[in-house]
Amino acid sequence: MKLFRMLGRSIRDAFKSVIRNFSLSLASISCITITLIIVTVAIIATFNVQNFTKEIEKDMTIVVFLDSDATEEDVENVKESLDKIGNVDDYTYQTKLEIKEQMQAESEVFNTVLSNFDENESPLKDTFQVKVKEIEKIKQTAEKIEKLDKVSIVRYGEGMVDKMITAFDSIKKVTYGIVLALILVTIFLIVNTIKLTISARKKEIGIMRLVGASNFTIKTPFIIEGMILGAFGSIVPIIITTYGYMAFYNHFNGYLFSELIKLIKPEPFIYNVSLIVLGIGILVGMIGSAGAVRRYLKI
Amino acid sequence: MDLIRIKNVEKKYKNGVTAIYDLNLAIEKGSFVFIIGGSGSGKSTLIKMLYREEKPTRGQIIVGGRDVAKLRDRKVYLIRRKMGIVFQDYRLLPKLTVFENVAFALECIGEKKDEVRRKVLKALEDVGLKNKVHNYPDQLSGGEQQRVAIARAIVNDPKLLLCDEPTGNLDPKMSMEVMKVLDDINKQRGTTIIMATHDEKIVNKMKKQVIALKDGHLVNFKQKGTYNNEAI
Repeated sequence: MKLFRMLGRSIRDAFKSVIRNFSLSLASISCITITLIIVTVAIIATFNVQNFTKEIEKDMTIVVFLDSDATEEDVENVKESLDKIGNVDDYTYQTKLEIKEQMQAESEVFNTVLSNFDENESPLKDTFQVKVKEIEKIKQTAEKIEKLDKVSIVRYGEGMVDKMITAFDSIKKVTYGIVLALILVTIFLIVNTIKLTISARKKEIGIMRLVGASNFTIKTPFIIEGMILGAFGSIVPIIITTYGYMAFYNHFNGYLFSELIKLIKPEPFIYNVSLIVLGIGILVGMIGSAGAVRRYLKI
Repeated sequence: MDLIRIKNVEKKYKNGVTAIYDLNLAIEKGSFVFIIGGSGSGKSTLIKMLYREEKPTRGQIIVGGRDVAKLRDRKVYLIRRKMGIVFQDYRLLPKLTVFENVAFALECIGEKKDEVRRKVLKALEDVGLKNKVHNYPDQLSGGEQQRVAIARAIVNDPKLLLCDEPTGNLDPKMSMEVMKVLDDINKQRGTTIIMATHDEKIVNKMKKQVIALKDGHLVNFKQKGTYNNEAI
Protein backbone atom coordinates (compact mmCIF):
# COMPACT_ATOMS: atom_id res chain seq x y z
CA MET A 1 0.00 0.00 0.00
CA LYS A 2 2.67 2.44 1.10
CA LEU A 3 4.79 1.58 -1.91
CA PHE A 4 1.90 2.30 -4.29
CA ARG A 5 1.22 5.58 -2.55
CA MET A 6 4.85 6.61 -2.92
CA LEU A 7 4.91 5.45 -6.52
CA GLY A 8 1.77 7.42 -7.33
CA ARG A 9 3.35 10.49 -5.80
CA SER A 10 6.52 9.96 -7.82
CA ILE A 11 4.58 9.65 -11.08
CA ARG A 12 2.59 12.80 -10.30
CA ASP A 13 5.79 14.71 -9.49
CA ALA A 14 7.47 13.43 -12.64
CA PHE A 15 4.62 14.66 -14.89
CA LYS A 16 4.60 18.00 -13.08
CA SER A 17 8.30 18.36 -13.67
CA VAL A 18 8.00 17.51 -17.38
CA ILE A 19 5.37 20.24 -17.76
CA ARG A 20 7.16 22.75 -15.55
CA ASN A 21 10.40 22.48 -17.58
CA PHE A 22 8.48 22.24 -20.81
CA SER A 23 11.03 23.70 -23.23
CA LEU A 24 13.78 21.51 -21.90
CA SER A 25 11.58 18.44 -21.92
CA LEU A 26 10.63 19.23 -25.49
CA ALA A 27 14.29 19.43 -26.47
CA SER A 28 14.99 16.02 -24.95
CA ILE A 29 11.87 14.51 -26.45
CA SER A 30 12.75 15.76 -29.93
CA CYS A 31 16.24 14.40 -29.61
CA ILE A 32 14.92 11.03 -28.53
CA THR A 33 12.46 11.20 -31.43
CA ILE A 34 15.17 11.78 -34.01
CA THR A 35 17.38 9.08 -32.56
CA LEU A 36 14.57 6.60 -32.38
CA ILE A 37 13.50 7.27 -35.97
CA ILE A 38 16.98 6.29 -37.12
CA VAL A 39 17.03 3.38 -34.70
CA THR A 40 13.68 2.25 -36.05
CA VAL A 41 14.84 2.39 -39.65
CA ALA A 42 17.93 0.42 -38.63
CA ILE A 43 15.82 -2.15 -36.82
CA ILE A 44 13.46 -2.59 -39.77
CA ALA A 45 16.39 -2.89 -42.16
CA THR A 46 18.16 -5.41 -39.95
CA PHE A 47 15.09 -7.56 -39.58
CA ASN A 48 14.45 -7.49 -43.32
CA VAL A 49 18.04 -8.31 -44.17
CA GLN A 50 17.92 -11.17 -41.69
CA ASN A 51 14.65 -12.33 -43.16
CA PHE A 52 15.80 -12.46 -46.74
CA THR A 53 19.17 -13.96 -45.91
CA LYS A 54 17.23 -16.72 -44.28
CA GLU A 55 15.08 -17.08 -47.38
CA ILE A 56 18.13 -17.26 -49.58
CA GLU A 57 19.85 -19.63 -47.21
CA LYS A 58 16.84 -21.90 -47.37
CA ASP A 59 17.26 -22.15 -51.14
CA MET A 60 20.95 -22.80 -50.93
CA THR A 61 21.96 -26.37 -51.76
CA ILE A 62 25.04 -28.43 -52.37
CA VAL A 63 24.88 -30.22 -55.68
CA VAL A 64 26.74 -33.55 -55.68
CA PHE A 65 27.55 -35.33 -58.96
CA LEU A 66 28.55 -38.97 -58.81
CA ASP A 67 31.00 -40.71 -61.14
CA SER A 68 29.45 -41.95 -64.39
CA ASP A 69 30.22 -45.56 -63.52
CA ALA A 70 28.52 -45.43 -60.11
CA THR A 71 26.39 -48.51 -59.50
CA GLU A 72 23.18 -48.67 -57.52
CA GLU A 73 25.16 -50.04 -54.60
CA ASP A 74 27.47 -47.03 -54.72
CA VAL A 75 24.47 -44.73 -54.66
CA GLU A 76 23.18 -46.51 -51.55
CA ASN A 77 26.61 -46.09 -49.94
CA VAL A 78 26.62 -42.36 -50.63
CA LYS A 79 23.11 -42.02 -49.21
CA GLU A 80 24.21 -43.78 -46.03
CA SER A 81 27.26 -41.55 -45.70
CA LEU A 82 25.18 -38.40 -46.22
CA ASP A 83 22.85 -39.51 -43.42
CA LYS A 84 25.86 -39.68 -41.12
CA ILE A 85 27.03 -36.08 -41.79
CA GLY A 86 25.60 -33.93 -39.01
CA ASN A 87 25.06 -30.73 -40.95
CA VAL A 88 23.02 -32.42 -43.70
CA ASP A 89 19.40 -31.54 -43.26
CA ASP A 90 17.80 -33.24 -46.24
CA TYR A 91 18.64 -34.37 -49.77
CA THR A 92 16.94 -35.42 -52.98
CA TYR A 93 18.37 -37.92 -55.40
CA GLN A 94 17.90 -37.99 -59.17
CA THR A 95 19.29 -40.62 -61.54
CA LYS A 96 20.99 -39.51 -64.71
CA LEU A 97 18.00 -40.76 -66.75
CA GLU A 98 15.58 -38.68 -64.74
CA ILE A 99 17.71 -35.61 -65.26
CA LYS A 100 17.91 -36.29 -68.96
CA GLU A 101 14.13 -36.46 -69.24
CA GLN A 102 13.76 -33.34 -67.17
CA MET A 103 16.16 -31.41 -69.35
CA GLN A 104 14.54 -32.60 -72.51
CA ALA A 105 11.20 -31.44 -71.26
CA GLU A 106 12.63 -28.06 -70.28
CA SER A 107 14.27 -27.01 -73.49
CA GLU A 108 14.05 -27.68 -77.22
CA VAL A 109 17.84 -27.46 -77.69
CA PHE A 110 18.57 -30.02 -74.98
CA ASN A 111 15.85 -32.23 -76.41
CA THR A 112 17.55 -32.34 -79.81
CA VAL A 113 21.01 -32.91 -78.43
CA LEU A 114 20.02 -35.53 -75.90
CA SER A 115 17.76 -37.52 -78.24
CA ASN A 116 20.96 -38.79 -79.92
CA PHE A 117 21.37 -41.09 -76.93
CA ASP A 118 19.46 -44.31 -76.31
CA GLU A 119 16.55 -44.36 -73.95
CA ASN A 120 18.67 -46.10 -71.28
CA GLU A 121 21.77 -44.04 -71.87
CA SER A 122 22.65 -40.60 -70.52
CA PRO A 123 25.77 -38.43 -70.76
CA LEU A 124 24.82 -36.89 -67.44
CA LYS A 125 25.57 -37.95 -63.90
CA ASP A 126 23.54 -39.15 -60.96
CA THR A 127 22.93 -36.15 -58.74
CA PHE A 128 22.18 -35.36 -55.11
CA GLN A 129 20.78 -32.01 -54.01
CA VAL A 130 21.79 -31.59 -50.38
CA LYS A 131 20.30 -29.03 -47.99
CA VAL A 132 22.32 -28.07 -44.95
CA LYS A 133 21.23 -27.04 -41.48
CA GLU A 134 23.83 -24.31 -40.90
CA ILE A 135 24.75 -22.21 -43.89
CA GLU A 136 27.98 -21.00 -42.25
CA LYS A 137 29.34 -24.55 -42.28
CA ILE A 138 28.40 -25.24 -45.89
CA LYS A 139 32.05 -25.22 -46.95
CA GLN A 140 33.15 -27.89 -44.48
CA THR A 141 30.16 -30.03 -45.32
CA ALA A 142 30.90 -29.79 -49.05
CA GLU A 143 34.50 -30.80 -48.40
CA LYS A 144 33.35 -33.82 -46.42
CA ILE A 145 31.01 -34.91 -49.20
CA GLU A 146 33.75 -34.49 -51.78
CA LYS A 147 35.85 -37.10 -49.98
CA LEU A 148 33.15 -39.77 -50.24
CA ASP A 149 33.65 -42.72 -52.58
CA LYS A 150 32.38 -42.30 -56.15
CA VAL A 151 31.67 -38.62 -55.71
CA SER A 152 33.12 -36.69 -58.64
CA ILE A 153 32.11 -33.05 -58.36
CA VAL A 154 30.63 -30.95 -55.53
CA ARG A 155 29.24 -27.48 -56.16
CA TYR A 156 27.67 -25.00 -53.75
CA GLY A 157 28.25 -21.56 -55.31
CA GLU A 158 31.41 -21.09 -53.25
CA GLY A 159 32.48 -17.50 -53.87
CA MET A 160 29.00 -16.01 -53.91
CA VAL A 161 27.92 -17.51 -50.61
CA ASP A 162 31.05 -16.48 -48.76
CA LYS A 163 30.84 -12.94 -50.07
CA MET A 164 27.18 -12.64 -49.19
CA ILE A 165 27.70 -13.83 -45.65
CA THR A 166 30.55 -11.37 -45.00
CA ALA A 167 28.60 -8.52 -46.65
CA PHE A 168 25.57 -9.08 -44.45
CA ASP A 169 27.83 -9.35 -41.45
CA SER A 170 29.44 -5.97 -42.09
CA ILE A 171 26.08 -4.32 -42.81
CA LYS A 172 24.88 -5.60 -39.47
CA LYS A 173 27.98 -4.32 -37.66
CA VAL A 174 27.69 -0.84 -39.20
CA THR A 175 24.01 -0.48 -38.29
CA TYR A 176 24.69 -1.67 -34.75
CA GLY A 177 27.49 0.89 -34.47
CA ILE A 178 25.28 3.76 -35.66
CA VAL A 179 22.43 2.77 -33.37
CA LEU A 180 24.75 2.48 -30.39
CA ALA A 181 26.33 5.89 -31.02
CA LEU A 182 22.91 7.54 -31.32
CA ILE A 183 21.71 5.94 -28.13
CA LEU A 184 24.76 7.22 -26.29
CA VAL A 185 24.10 10.78 -27.55
CA THR A 186 20.51 10.52 -26.37
CA ILE A 187 21.54 9.28 -22.95
CA PHE A 188 23.91 12.23 -22.66
CA LEU A 189 21.07 14.65 -23.48
CA ILE A 190 18.74 13.06 -20.98
CA VAL A 191 21.42 13.26 -18.31
CA ASN A 192 21.56 17.01 -18.92
CA THR A 193 17.79 17.47 -18.89
CA ILE A 194 17.41 15.62 -15.62
CA LYS A 195 20.39 17.48 -14.19
CA LEU A 196 18.57 20.73 -14.80
CA THR A 197 15.35 19.50 -13.21
CA ILE A 198 17.38 18.35 -10.24
CA SER A 199 18.98 21.77 -9.80
CA ALA A 200 15.57 23.41 -10.20
CA ARG A 201 14.32 21.34 -7.30
CA LYS A 202 17.40 21.52 -5.10
CA LYS A 203 15.58 23.20 -2.23
CA GLU A 204 12.80 20.67 -2.28
CA ILE A 205 15.30 17.79 -2.29
CA GLY A 206 17.13 19.34 0.67
CA ILE A 207 13.91 19.51 2.65
CA MET A 208 13.01 15.96 1.67
CA ARG A 209 16.30 14.77 3.06
CA LEU A 210 15.79 16.73 6.27
CA VAL A 211 12.38 15.27 6.97
CA GLY A 212 13.60 11.73 6.39
CA ALA A 213 12.60 10.79 2.86
CA SER A 214 14.49 7.69 1.80
CA ASN A 215 16.86 7.84 -1.16
CA PHE A 216 14.41 5.73 -3.10
CA THR A 217 11.66 8.30 -2.58
CA ILE A 218 13.92 11.14 -3.68
CA LYS A 219 15.32 9.40 -6.74
CA THR A 220 12.25 7.71 -8.16
CA PRO A 221 10.48 10.84 -9.51
CA PHE A 222 13.54 11.74 -11.58
CA ILE A 223 13.91 8.26 -12.95
CA ILE A 224 10.21 8.16 -13.83
CA GLU A 225 10.62 11.56 -15.48
CA GLY A 226 13.33 10.11 -17.70
CA MET A 227 11.08 7.20 -18.58
CA ILE A 228 8.24 9.60 -19.47
CA LEU A 229 10.55 11.58 -21.75
CA GLY A 230 11.61 8.33 -23.40
CA ALA A 231 8.02 7.18 -23.87
CA PHE A 232 6.94 10.54 -25.36
CA GLY A 233 9.98 10.48 -27.62
CA SER A 234 8.95 7.13 -29.08
CA ILE A 235 5.44 8.24 -30.13
CA VAL A 236 6.44 9.85 -33.44
CA PRO A 237 8.84 7.05 -34.44
CA ILE A 238 6.11 4.51 -33.75
CA ILE A 239 3.63 6.38 -35.94
CA ILE A 240 6.23 6.65 -38.68
CA THR A 241 6.99 2.94 -38.45
CA THR A 242 3.40 1.87 -38.58
CA TYR A 243 2.27 4.01 -41.50
CA GLY A 244 5.62 4.39 -43.22
CA TYR A 245 6.40 0.71 -43.41
CA MET A 246 2.91 -0.18 -44.51
CA ALA A 247 3.07 2.38 -47.33
CA PHE A 248 6.54 1.19 -48.26
CA TYR A 249 5.40 -2.43 -48.35
CA ASN A 250 2.33 -1.69 -50.43
CA HIS A 251 4.25 0.51 -52.85
CA PHE A 252 6.69 -2.28 -53.68
CA ASN A 253 4.08 -5.04 -53.45
CA GLY A 254 6.14 -6.81 -50.84
CA TYR A 255 9.32 -7.16 -52.91
CA LEU A 256 12.36 -4.93 -53.11
CA PHE A 257 14.06 -4.55 -56.53
CA SER A 258 13.51 -8.17 -57.49
CA GLU A 259 11.58 -11.26 -56.52
CA LEU A 260 14.64 -12.36 -54.62
CA ILE A 261 14.33 -9.81 -51.82
CA LYS A 262 11.06 -10.39 -50.08
CA LEU A 263 9.95 -7.87 -47.44
CA ILE A 264 8.50 -8.95 -44.11
CA LYS A 265 4.70 -8.76 -43.99
CA PRO A 266 3.71 -5.64 -42.01
CA GLU A 267 0.95 -7.13 -39.92
CA PRO A 268 2.51 -8.49 -36.77
CA PHE A 269 5.93 -7.09 -37.67
CA ILE A 270 5.21 -3.36 -37.22
CA TYR A 271 3.57 -3.96 -33.85
CA ASN A 272 6.60 -5.87 -32.63
CA VAL A 273 8.91 -3.14 -33.90
CA SER A 274 6.74 -0.47 -32.22
CA LEU A 275 7.00 -2.32 -28.94
CA ILE A 276 10.75 -2.63 -29.29
CA VAL A 277 11.04 1.10 -30.06
CA LEU A 278 8.90 2.02 -27.06
CA GLY A 279 11.01 -0.29 -24.92
CA ILE A 280 14.25 1.29 -26.14
CA GLY A 281 12.83 4.79 -25.55
CA ILE A 282 11.83 4.03 -21.98
CA LEU A 283 15.05 2.18 -21.25
CA VAL A 284 17.22 4.95 -22.66
CA GLY A 285 15.28 7.52 -20.62
CA MET A 286 15.70 5.44 -17.52
CA ILE A 287 19.42 4.88 -17.97
CA GLY A 288 19.98 8.58 -18.67
CA SER A 289 18.07 9.77 -15.63
CA ALA A 290 19.58 7.12 -13.37
CA GLY A 291 23.00 8.35 -14.45
CA ALA A 292 22.05 11.97 -13.76
CA VAL A 293 20.58 11.10 -10.38
CA ARG A 294 23.73 9.26 -9.39
CA ARG A 295 26.01 12.03 -10.51
CA TYR A 296 24.16 15.14 -9.41
CA LEU A 297 22.19 13.95 -6.41
CA LYS A 298 24.87 13.24 -3.87
CA ILE A 299 22.95 11.05 -1.50
CA MET B 1 17.57 8.49 30.77
CA ASP B 2 19.92 10.18 28.37
CA LEU B 3 18.61 10.76 24.89
CA ILE B 4 21.94 11.93 23.57
CA ARG B 5 25.40 10.86 24.64
CA ILE B 6 28.46 12.37 23.04
CA LYS B 7 31.81 10.73 23.76
CA ASN B 8 35.25 12.01 22.78
CA VAL B 9 33.95 13.67 19.66
CA GLU B 10 36.32 15.58 17.47
CA LYS B 11 35.46 17.26 14.19
CA LYS B 12 38.08 18.39 11.79
CA TYR B 13 36.98 19.76 8.43
CA LYS B 14 38.78 18.86 5.24
CA ASN B 15 40.24 22.34 4.99
CA GLY B 16 42.13 21.68 8.22
CA VAL B 17 39.93 23.69 10.58
CA THR B 18 39.05 21.87 13.78
CA ALA B 19 35.53 22.81 14.85
CA ILE B 20 35.13 20.58 17.91
CA TYR B 21 37.86 19.29 20.23
CA ASP B 22 37.21 16.21 22.35
CA LEU B 23 33.63 16.86 23.40
CA ASN B 24 31.81 14.83 26.06
CA LEU B 25 28.17 15.48 26.79
CA ALA B 26 24.96 13.81 27.92
CA ILE B 27 21.54 15.31 27.34
CA GLU B 28 18.53 13.99 29.18
CA LYS B 29 15.25 13.06 27.59
CA GLY B 30 12.69 15.87 27.79
CA SER B 31 15.18 18.63 28.50
CA PHE B 32 15.46 22.03 26.85
CA VAL B 33 19.08 22.91 26.14
CA PHE B 34 20.63 26.04 24.70
CA ILE B 35 23.96 25.81 22.95
CA ILE B 36 25.62 29.19 23.08
CA GLY B 37 28.85 30.58 21.79
CA GLY B 38 30.21 33.15 19.40
CA SER B 39 30.60 32.55 15.71
CA GLY B 40 33.13 29.83 14.99
CA SER B 41 32.59 28.28 18.42
CA GLY B 42 31.33 25.03 16.89
CA LYS B 43 27.65 25.18 17.83
CA SER B 44 26.40 24.75 14.29
CA THR B 45 28.83 21.89 13.72
CA LEU B 46 27.53 20.18 16.84
CA ILE B 47 23.93 20.48 15.65
CA LYS B 48 24.90 19.25 12.18
CA MET B 49 26.59 16.21 13.65
CA LEU B 50 23.46 15.44 15.66
CA TYR B 51 21.36 15.15 12.52
CA ARG B 52 24.23 13.53 10.69
CA GLU B 53 24.76 16.21 8.09
CA GLU B 54 28.39 16.09 9.20
CA LYS B 55 30.26 13.05 10.47
CA PRO B 56 32.62 13.43 13.45
CA THR B 57 36.26 12.68 12.71
CA ARG B 58 36.47 10.71 15.95
CA GLY B 59 34.20 9.57 18.77
CA GLN B 60 30.63 8.44 19.32
CA ILE B 61 27.37 10.32 19.04
CA ILE B 62 24.56 8.21 20.37
CA VAL B 63 21.06 9.51 19.70
CA GLY B 64 18.23 7.37 21.02
CA GLY B 65 20.48 4.31 21.34
CA ARG B 66 21.94 4.52 17.82
CA ASP B 67 25.46 5.63 16.99
CA VAL B 68 24.84 8.35 14.45
CA ALA B 69 28.54 8.65 13.66
CA LYS B 70 28.62 5.14 12.27
CA LEU B 71 25.42 5.49 10.24
CA ARG B 72 25.82 4.95 6.51
CA ASP B 73 24.75 7.70 4.13
CA ARG B 74 22.03 5.49 2.76
CA LYS B 75 20.50 4.95 6.19
CA VAL B 76 20.55 8.57 7.37
CA TYR B 77 16.86 8.99 6.62
CA LEU B 78 16.02 6.56 9.41
CA ILE B 79 17.24 8.93 12.14
CA ARG B 80 15.87 12.00 10.40
CA ARG B 81 12.39 10.57 10.82
CA LYS B 82 12.89 10.56 14.57
CA MET B 83 13.92 14.21 14.82
CA GLY B 84 12.72 17.60 13.70
CA ILE B 85 15.06 20.31 12.47
CA VAL B 86 14.46 24.07 12.33
CA PHE B 87 16.77 26.60 10.67
CA GLN B 88 17.32 30.31 10.74
CA ASP B 89 16.04 30.69 7.17
CA TYR B 90 12.81 28.63 7.67
CA ARG B 91 13.35 26.59 4.46
CA LEU B 92 9.72 26.56 3.37
CA LEU B 93 8.66 25.80 -0.20
CA PRO B 94 7.27 29.07 -1.59
CA LYS B 95 4.83 27.46 -4.02
CA LEU B 96 3.08 25.40 -1.36
CA THR B 97 0.53 26.64 1.18
CA VAL B 98 1.14 26.42 4.91
CA PHE B 99 -0.84 23.19 5.07
CA GLU B 100 0.99 21.68 2.09
CA ASN B 101 4.38 22.67 3.48
CA VAL B 102 3.72 20.81 6.70
CA ALA B 103 2.04 17.91 4.92
CA PHE B 104 5.09 17.59 2.63
CA ALA B 105 7.13 16.14 5.52
CA LEU B 106 4.61 13.36 6.02
CA GLU B 107 3.98 12.68 2.34
CA CYS B 108 7.70 12.18 1.83
CA ILE B 109 7.68 9.28 4.25
CA GLY B 110 4.53 7.73 2.82
CA GLU B 111 1.94 8.62 5.45
CA LYS B 112 -1.73 7.93 4.67
CA LYS B 113 -3.82 10.86 3.49
CA ASP B 114 -6.26 11.07 6.41
CA GLU B 115 -3.41 10.64 8.89
CA VAL B 116 -1.54 13.46 7.14
CA ARG B 117 -4.54 15.75 7.48
CA ARG B 118 -5.07 14.95 11.15
CA LYS B 119 -1.42 15.33 12.14
CA VAL B 120 -0.86 18.50 10.11
CA LEU B 121 -3.86 20.26 11.64
CA LYS B 122 -2.77 19.21 15.11
CA ALA B 123 0.79 20.52 14.54
CA LEU B 124 -0.48 23.81 13.12
CA GLU B 125 -2.79 24.19 16.11
CA ASP B 126 0.15 23.64 18.45
CA VAL B 127 2.07 26.50 16.86
CA GLY B 128 -1.03 28.71 16.77
CA LEU B 129 -1.46 28.97 13.01
CA LYS B 130 -4.67 27.09 12.47
CA ASN B 131 -6.26 30.16 10.86
CA LYS B 132 -3.53 30.48 8.23
CA VAL B 133 -3.60 27.00 6.72
CA HIS B 134 -4.34 28.21 3.19
CA ASN B 135 -1.88 31.10 3.11
CA TYR B 136 1.37 30.99 1.21
CA PRO B 137 4.67 31.60 3.05
CA ASP B 138 5.18 35.06 1.52
CA GLN B 139 1.88 36.19 3.01
CA LEU B 140 3.15 35.50 6.54
CA SER B 141 5.43 37.38 8.92
CA GLY B 142 8.86 35.99 9.71
CA GLY B 143 7.72 34.71 13.07
CA GLU B 144 4.76 32.97 11.50
CA GLN B 145 6.95 31.41 8.82
CA GLN B 146 9.28 30.09 11.50
CA ARG B 147 6.28 28.64 13.33
CA VAL B 148 5.26 26.85 10.13
CA ALA B 149 8.77 25.41 9.97
CA ILE B 150 8.42 24.30 13.59
CA ALA B 151 5.06 22.71 12.80
CA ARG B 152 6.74 20.81 9.95
CA ALA B 153 9.50 19.69 12.31
CA ILE B 154 7.12 18.36 14.97
CA VAL B 155 4.38 16.98 12.72
CA ASN B 156 5.78 13.47 12.89
CA ASP B 157 5.96 13.75 16.70
CA PRO B 158 9.75 13.35 16.99
CA LYS B 159 11.56 12.76 20.25
CA LEU B 160 14.14 15.41 19.43
CA LEU B 161 13.86 18.90 18.01
CA LEU B 162 17.05 20.56 16.79
CA CYS B 163 17.01 24.32 16.20
CA ASP B 164 19.90 26.14 14.59
CA GLU B 165 19.50 29.85 15.39
CA PRO B 166 15.73 29.81 14.89
CA THR B 167 15.36 33.42 16.00
CA GLY B 168 18.34 34.71 14.04
CA ASN B 169 16.21 36.53 11.46
CA LEU B 170 13.47 37.72 13.81
CA ASP B 171 12.90 40.87 15.86
CA PRO B 172 12.65 40.46 19.67
CA LYS B 173 8.87 40.33 19.73
CA MET B 174 8.63 37.61 17.08
CA SER B 175 11.52 35.78 18.73
CA MET B 176 9.56 35.55 21.97
CA GLU B 177 6.55 34.23 20.04
CA VAL B 178 8.73 31.46 18.64
CA MET B 179 10.32 30.74 22.02
CA LYS B 180 6.91 30.40 23.63
CA VAL B 181 5.89 27.87 20.99
CA LEU B 182 9.09 25.88 21.55
CA ASP B 183 8.61 25.96 25.32
CA ASP B 184 5.03 24.68 24.92
CA ILE B 185 6.18 21.85 22.69
CA ASN B 186 8.83 20.91 25.25
CA LYS B 187 6.32 20.90 28.08
CA GLN B 188 3.27 19.41 26.38
CA ARG B 189 4.81 16.87 24.02
CA GLY B 190 7.87 16.14 26.16
CA THR B 191 10.07 16.70 23.09
CA THR B 192 13.74 17.21 23.85
CA ILE B 193 14.81 20.53 22.37
CA ILE B 194 18.35 21.56 21.54
CA MET B 195 18.71 25.09 20.31
CA ALA B 196 21.83 26.83 19.15
CA THR B 197 21.68 30.60 19.59
CA HIS B 198 23.69 33.69 20.39
CA ASP B 199 20.69 35.71 21.53
CA GLU B 200 21.63 36.73 25.06
CA LYS B 201 18.18 38.00 26.06
CA ILE B 202 16.40 34.80 25.15
CA VAL B 203 18.81 32.61 27.08
CA ASN B 204 18.62 34.77 30.16
CA LYS B 205 14.87 34.94 30.07
CA MET B 206 14.15 31.24 29.51
CA LYS B 207 16.33 29.90 32.34
CA LYS B 208 17.06 26.55 30.72
CA GLN B 209 20.14 24.33 30.60
CA VAL B 210 23.00 26.03 28.84
CA ILE B 211 25.95 24.49 27.04
CA ALA B 212 28.62 27.07 26.33
CA LEU B 213 31.18 26.43 23.61
CA LYS B 214 34.28 28.42 22.85
CA ASP B 215 36.57 27.69 19.92
CA GLY B 216 35.42 24.09 19.84
CA HIS B 217 35.81 23.44 23.57
CA LEU B 218 33.04 22.91 26.11
CA VAL B 219 33.48 25.67 28.68
CA ASN B 220 30.31 25.43 30.67
CA PHE B 221 27.26 23.22 31.17
CA LYS B 222 24.79 24.66 33.64
CA GLN B 223 21.22 24.00 34.75
CA LYS B 224 19.16 27.18 34.61
CA GLY B 225 22.09 28.97 33.07
CA THR B 226 22.48 32.44 31.76
CA TYR B 227 24.48 33.88 28.93
CA ASN B 228 27.83 34.63 30.48
CA ASN B 229 29.87 36.89 28.28
CA GLU B 230 33.01 36.39 30.29
CA ALA B 231 33.01 32.66 29.86
CA ILE B 232 32.77 32.69 26.10
